[in-house]
This record gives sequence, structure tokens and C-alpha cells, in this order.
Amino acid sequence: MDEVLLRSLTPGVLTVLVRRGADFAAAEDAVQDALVEALRVWAADPPRDAKGWLVTVAWRKFLDATRADTARRRREDRVEEEPAPGPAPAVDDTLQLYFLCAHPSLTPASAVALTLRAVGGLTTRQIAEAYLVPEATMAQRISRAKRTLSGVRFDRPGDVATVLRVLYLVFNEGYSGDVDLAAEAIRLTRQLAARIDHPEVAGLLALMLLHHARRAARTASDGSLVPLAEQDRGRWDTALIAEGVGILQAALARDRLGEFQAQAAIAALHADAPTAEETDWVQIVEWYDELTRLTDSPIVRLNRAVAVGEADGPRAGLAALAALDASLPRHAAVAAYLHERDGDPATAARLYAEAAHKAPNLAERDHLTRQAARLNARRCS
Amino acid sequence: MAKYLLLKHYRGAPAAVNDVPMDQWTPEEISAHVQYMNDFAARLEKTGEFVDGQALAPEGAWVRYDGEGRPPVTDGPFAETKDLIAGWMVIDVDSYERAVELAGELSAAPGAGGKPIHEWLEVRPFYGVQPTITE
Repeated sequence: MDEVLLRSLTPGVLTVLVRRGADFAAAEDAVQDALVEALRVWAADPPRDAKGWLVTVAWRKFLDATRADTARRRREDRVEEEPAPGPAPAVDDTLQLYFLCAHPSLTPASAVALTLRAVGGLTTRQIAEAYLVPEATMAQRISRAKRTLSGVRFDRPGDVATVLRVLYLVFNEGYSGDVDLAAEAIRLTRQLAARIDHPEVAGLLALMLLHHARRAARTASDGSLVPLAEQDRGRWDTALIAEGVGILQAALARDRLGEFQAQAAIAALHADAPTAEETDWVQIVEWYDELTRLTDSPIVRLNRAVAVGEADGPRAGLAALAALDASLPRHAAVAAYLHERDGDPATAARLYAEAAHKAPNLAERDHLTRQAARLNARRCS
Repeated sequence: MAKYLLLKHYRGAPAAVNDVPMDQWTPEEISAHVQYMNDFAARLEKTGEFVDGQALAPEGAWVRYDGEGRPPVTDGPFAETKDLIAGWMVIDVDSYERAVELAGELSAAPGAGGKPIHEWLEVRPFYGVQPTITE
């Protein structure tokens, strides 16, 4: 059985149940039960009409759960009046589901979990494994999220920007487990892009594809990080790059620039360089200027300082860096890099050690410690 | 089976035999060390003795309740603290002797010059469960 195909049917099945009168929370539980059953029985006995099977089973689960709950008799009466389950209607409310699961009343962690379950069709266990928390914790997070949404109308249009933030989080902060969350984020963003014509949705999809294309080259065989300049560009996925660039160009042609398109443009310029030395840093600085105008984020200014260091030399980069708050994440790492390029390995080594001390994750800490070690070893020999 | 916590300290443990800060090692020595740690955890997963392993960032703070309607008091980052935990591994093993054996192996991770660090690790037993049969 193709699990990705199964998952892709989830939002459609869920919206059928909601359309038939089930409330979102109960419908979502019923669909989850049906998915778990599908994973169990489909391998041996695949149905001819997968979506029809899921709708029938989910509706039965929903009725069972509703009947079992005598305190909800009034809703049961209403359900009994509903027509018998027939073929699934073709109308697609998937877009509404994206808006609901990314509703601004939810915390980011809840919105991520609910999106992965209700839109992505992942099981609670898979989501829990991916985020390294116990299954019971993830189950609670999801049911609390659904309680938060209990008064929200399903058919209300939402803000696509909140959906994009959720998808960006899934892509960027996916950890491990048996589900590839980066690939899942791409799948969900593709599905969204097919349903809404919006240049920033395209921009985010392009950004994800361009970064995903470099994934194999980003880690060495021993698990250590390989910085962009040292990556084996032969291992970049050229098909993904071509697709990302194509989507980005079409989006940019619409002339409604947003932060994801600008970030994707920077990723595209890196992807376009046959060697690190041939990178068009001048254009990258211009895109960082655009991004600064769009977001005014200090992290963007920090990355811009690196680009300035490449375009106009390390002194210019250090000057750009001097205007920024030294407590910014990765400030010391950027300073270390620019000082090394400026021919000051002693300062660079000290700053790399400081950056390692402040690193936000182990892979970065080990990488930065190695940089310090490399410079220290060279100075001693 | 009994669970033990193997605690690694940034500070506070007695000095290791091969006590050189990591940024003074060569990059190859760092790689060898990381590899050793990964292999060790992978081996314990295979033997069914691994429970959990986590690393802690060095920055932290003390926090305490400051009374009704007031925000908690924080003190830190605690630069001057004498003891600072760097991380841990939880193992589930048959005996105290096995826990000590494994802690010894972990402490043999290579450091500067490719030689074992001989770092001191703290081994702490978890409280077990109340047995069903007590008489």
C-alpha cells in the first residue's frame, strides 16, 4: 500500500464528514481511526476505491463514537437524520482545512501537530516520534488544539500567511522518526499551491525545493555539517533545483514580492553557482536588502553581513556586523568567519569557541568546535 | 533490570586524566570522539540497554517562585556555578556492575592525541518500582 497516497486522501475524507454534519473535532478523530485501520488491513486487502473505503469506515467510526456517547444524544438524533453515506462529493474543502489547522488562536506547536494529522494524515504516533515527545503528550496537544477551535466556523476564509508559517515550521524544524517531515512539508505545500494561486505559496514551495535539493550534500558520512561553500555540488539534486527555479520565476513575474520569494531567490542564486567562488554575491546582497525591507528581521541583517563580506570583502562584512546586537543567535559564528577571512585566525578561533558555547544544536556545536580546532591546530604547527 | 543515569559534567567532576578542551584538539580527534559516542549509543540500542541520551547547552539560569501575582525570580546565566551538567545517558541494565562497566567504556572516549579522556562520569541509580511480591 502507498502510504503517501493514503495520506493524500485524508483532507478530502475529513471534509466529507464535516459536510455531512459531523463537527470538526469528532470528524477528525474518526478519520484518524479510519487511517489507523487502513494501515492495518490495506496491505493484505487493498480496496478498489480507497477514498470511498475511508469515507465509509470513518463515517462508521464517527457514528459509533457518537452513539457511544449518551451525553450527546441530541447530536445523535441529528446524525440519525443524515442520509446514508453515499459516494464522496467532488467538492474540495481542503483549503478550508489548511486555514482551520493554522488558525491564529493556536500556538505554533499545536498548529503544526494538527496540520500534520488533519491535513497530512499522519498518525499521532508518527508525529510524536518526529518531534521526540511521548505519544500521549502529542495526543493531548492535538485534542487541546481541537478544543480551542470548537467555536471556529469551518467555512470562514483564513489568512494564507499563517498557513505558510506552519508549513515553514514543519519543513525547518522536522527532526527524525520514520516520517520525513521535510518531504511531508513539501507535499503539503504542493497540495496547497494546487488549490490557491498566491505568489508567496509558490515562493515557499520554491524555497523548500531549493533547500531540499542540497540535503544530501549538507551532511558528511560521519554526520557532521558541511557548509555551503564546501559542499559537493555534484550531489545537489538538479531536478529539484530546476523545478524550484521555474516555480520561483513564475511567482516573481507576478510582481508581488514577499519574504518567501526573496528567500527562495537567494537559495536559487546559490543553486545557480557551479562553484562557491562563482556565487553572485552582489545579487545576493541586493536580495538581502529586499528581505530587510520586507521583514526588518535582525537575523536577515546578520545573514546580509555574511553576503556583504563575500561581495565587498571581510572588512565591509565586519562593518555591517558592527551595527548589529552581539547577543543575536550565531553572531559570534559570523564574526569568527569574517575575522578568519580578514586574516586574523587568533580572533577567529576565539570567536568560534565562543560560538560553539552558544550553539543552538549539537551538530552546529560540533561544527563550530571543529572550526576553532582547525585554526588552533594550524597556529600551533 | 535497573535503570541508571550516567551523568557527564561540563564542570564539577574531578579532573580527567586527558584534560584538554575540545577546541584544542585536531578536527580529526573531534570526529573520532563524536563517532565513538554515536557508536556507543548504537551498540546499547542493539543490546536493548539504551533508554535515552540528551545533551544540555551550557547556558542556564536559576528560577524560583516569588509569590502570588509576581513573575518568577530568575538568576543567571550562572557563570560561577561549581557544577554544570553537560548531558546524560539513561541505561537499563541487569546489575550495578554492568552500569559501571558501561560508564567505564563511555569514559574511554578518545580525546586529544586520540587517547582516552578518562573523564569522570557520575553513575546514579533510579529508584525502582515497588515489587508486586513482597513476602
